[in-house]
Amino acid sequence: MTKTSDVLVIGGGLHGLSAALHLARDGARVRLVEQAYIGRHASGVNAGGVRRLGRHPAEIPLAEAALESWRAMPDLVGDDCGFKPSGQVKIAENEADLELLTQRAAEVRRLGYDHEEIIDQATLRALIPSVAEQCTGAMIVRGDGFADPYRTCIAFRRAAEAAGVMIHEGAALRTLSRTGNVWRAATTTGSFEAPEVLNAAGAWGAGLAKTLGDPVPVRAAAYMMMVTDRQPYFVGPVVGLASRKLSLKQMGNGSVVIGGGYEGKADLESGKTALDVQGLAKSAETACTIFPVLRSARLLRSWAGIDGEAADRIPVIGRGRRHDGLTHAFGFSGHGFQLVPAVGRALAELIRTGTSSLPLEPFSPARFQEKSDG
Amino acid sequence: MRSEVDVVVIGAGPAGMAAAAAAAGAGADVVVLDEQAEPGGQIYRAIESVERDRPADLSFLGDAYAHGSTVAGAFRAVRTDYRPGSTVWQVGDLGKGKRRDVVYSRNGVAETLSVKHLVIATGALERPVPILGWTLPGVMTVGAVQSALKTSGIYPAGNLVLAGSGPLMLQLAAQLIDAHVPIAGIVDTTPPGGLSRAFFHLPRALAAGETLLKGWRMVRTVNRSGVPIYRGATHLQAHGPAQGGGEQGGGEQGGGEKVTSLSFRSQGADYTIDADVVALHEGVIPNTQLSRLLQAEHRWDDRQRCFHPLTNQWGETSEPGVYVAGDGGGIAGGLAAARSGMITGLAVAQSLGLMAEAARDFTSEEQRLRRFIDLSIRPFLDSYYPAPDWIGAVGDDVILCRCEEVTAGQLRAAMAHGCSGPNQAKSFLRCGMGACQGRMCAASVTEVMAATGGATPDAVGSFRIRPPIKPVTLAEVATLDAG
Repeated sequence: MTKTSDVLVIGGGLHGLSAALHLARDGARVRLVEQAYIGRHASGVNAGGVRRLGRHPAEIPLAEAALESWRAMPDLVGDDCGFKPSGQVKIAENEADLELLTQRAAEVRRLGYDHEEIIDQATLRALIPSVAEQCTGAMIVRGDGFADPYRTCIAFRRAAEAAGVMIHEGAALRTLSRTGNVWRAATTTGSFEAPEVLNAAGAWGAGLAKTLGDPVPVRAAAYMMMVTDRQPYFVGPVVGLASRKLSLKQMGNGSVVIGGGYEGKADLESGKTALDVQGLAKSAETACTIFPVLRSARLLRSWAGIDGEAADRIPVIGRGRRHDGLTHAFGFSGHGFQLVPAVGRALAELIRTGTSSLPLEPFSPARFQEKSDG
Repeated sequence: MRSEVDVVVIGAGPAGMAAAAAAAGAGADVVVLDEQAEPGGQIYRAIESVERDRPADLSFLGDAYAHGSTVAGAFRAVRTDYRPGSTVWQVGDLGKGKRRDVVYSRNGVAETLSVKHLVIATGALERPVPILGWTLPGVMTVGAVQSALKTSGIYPAGNLVLAGSGPLMLQLAAQLIDAHVPIAGIVDTTPPGGLSRAFFHLPRALAAGETLLKGWRMVRTVNRSGVPIYRGATHLQAHGPAQGGGEQGGGEQGGGEKVTSLSFRSQGADYTIDADVVALHEGVIPNTQLSRLLQAEHRWDDRQRCFHPLTNQWGETSEPGVYVAGDGGGIAGGLAAARSGMITGLAVAQSLGLMAEAARDFTSEEQRLRRFIDLSIRPFLDSYYPAPDWIGAVGDDVILCRCEEVTAGQLRAAMAHGCSGPNQAKSFLRCGMGACQGRMCAASVTEVMAATGGATPDAVGSFRIRPPIKPVTLAEVATLDAG
């Protein structure tokens, strides 16, 4: 039997869940279909960074709005999702790095934001005594931090279901077509009908968008991560680098999560990932250079989460060009976690009213088209 | 460092040694990676040094162990690139054609081998035995006690209690008795009526008459030793120093206090016996870490209650070019493991073009026949020592995942909150995410989730294995980055 709703969300990652939650709270009847299970890929296994630091200027308003929600997360989903405002730093390894960071902070201030702050070597060492001596300073955002991705998935799922969202796991989309004002979706577990569809299919979003007439340059990326055994406390803030790939944090239980952009290989058909040990080795080398104390830490596990990465490394958010009743939100390029509460609310507005109080224009799926047209 | 080789064999037990010798004998370049310092695997562990340095110990370690000398000698006689002391921690491919990268560490330095044919001969591991108090210091496994006996001729001081069921426990008991090591008690959890259960399999087992005879001699040794034997034991619980209610003794789970006693029920009576060391054992199961890591297909074996990789007649898994030889493909014992290793080695040599199909088939046919004879005792053994059927129903207080201290009750509660499988249990509870990479809990988690959810173990599945399969330091990982 065909299942109907006002909105059909495709993709059970955090952005799909967040949009579904906000839509349902606004009174819409919402169903969500997920090909595997909630949080199977990037949403459930990402590094959990709650970060405004270093964001693309277009993302800053979203990130600012999102942080407000992170601070009040229990009000939104009944759980703090493990959010710890530990601060985030981007470390300069030499004078050139520090110059780069200083310019960046000045640029952001010109845009009217003051969250990025430059600190000198002494301040950095006072904040993180374990940092290697050659580090010359850093950019810091004090209100940033990190949260627990899977716990966030569980919290958003429970809140969405409590708000009335019907979640269908193991329902992989086979076909999606529009007849009149209604979308008809055939999945591996049955048919769905709704006047509005939200494509929140992550790395699979671009393939779906293309079949619906909105081709966008978004590729599948498998960002690799590592976690070590428990270490004595050595770093509070989440640590990145000015000019090398690294994202490192020490969790409450002492384990250290290391990521930052080295990629494995993603296979969209099977949903499997393969790791590139050379990339892991580079990641390990970088981490040990900044924190020599980590040389003896034991690597317990490494993995990769599949996300869509857009050519310009900012997400695709906006209405479809060819079809009515279609909205896209995918391609968060490995840094969509923090944006979840704000983008979900913006999407709910966009789907219900056609506009959003947050500036979404820079993320329009049409932006690539315009460039090639012009 | 990265180099290319035709064949890598992981593990130098009977299966690995035989596979390597068969392939290398046909002219293949074979690298053998093994964690131990000398060949033998678990069954023939330290056989060369025992023969050289402690030959008198062979008198109690027994004939079955001494046979390892012949096996290791045959392996040494063939030219292979044998690299003892090597820990494999990742195997994968990055879409580089048919080759796979095997990453291992030796002396603190990591290296990558790009291989055409991979033979996984990592054998079996002991089934985890989750009872109350099994995480107390002093509670170990029968295999661990036996390893120490083989490697160093040492054994636990104080009251040693063997608790469980299976041929390995019987063998250890006989070895300890022959070595004049005192055993405080044998708590035998084999359900009563073993002979009548296994009776119909006896005629076929007679084909493996020698093995049967050795087993019977071990039973006789144990029965005549005067060691107290408590048969048909159930409700096992290890206790630390008494704290408040004696009944709660097992609930302390850790805390640095050593085990002091083991309580159980036997033939209608309750017992508590003093114990300084409790050696648990409920049989062995295939070590599937590597075949799982490679995402080969696995099936549940209802009789042995464990997963094993699906293989064809040559030991090749669902992943082309990846073979499993020996007990890692299903528990069959050391003799059969060597046969399956040789069959796989021949198949590898043939597919490398070093051997004609006819030659491979002729030689392997003889091995198959011998293996069939070796295996004729398995139905008897599997009926006599049935795999434990109680693990899915363990009490809520029992710890399943030792590393992260996750109990059966927590797992069941998570299931009630939507935790739908072992991989979600990792995210919900961190279950299976510690240093042992799930080796100590994967089997129990599948059993508990299947029993609680009313699903088959095949439907429940097991943990996705994430590299490294053995912990490795970040400094070691970083050594791969050189150049």
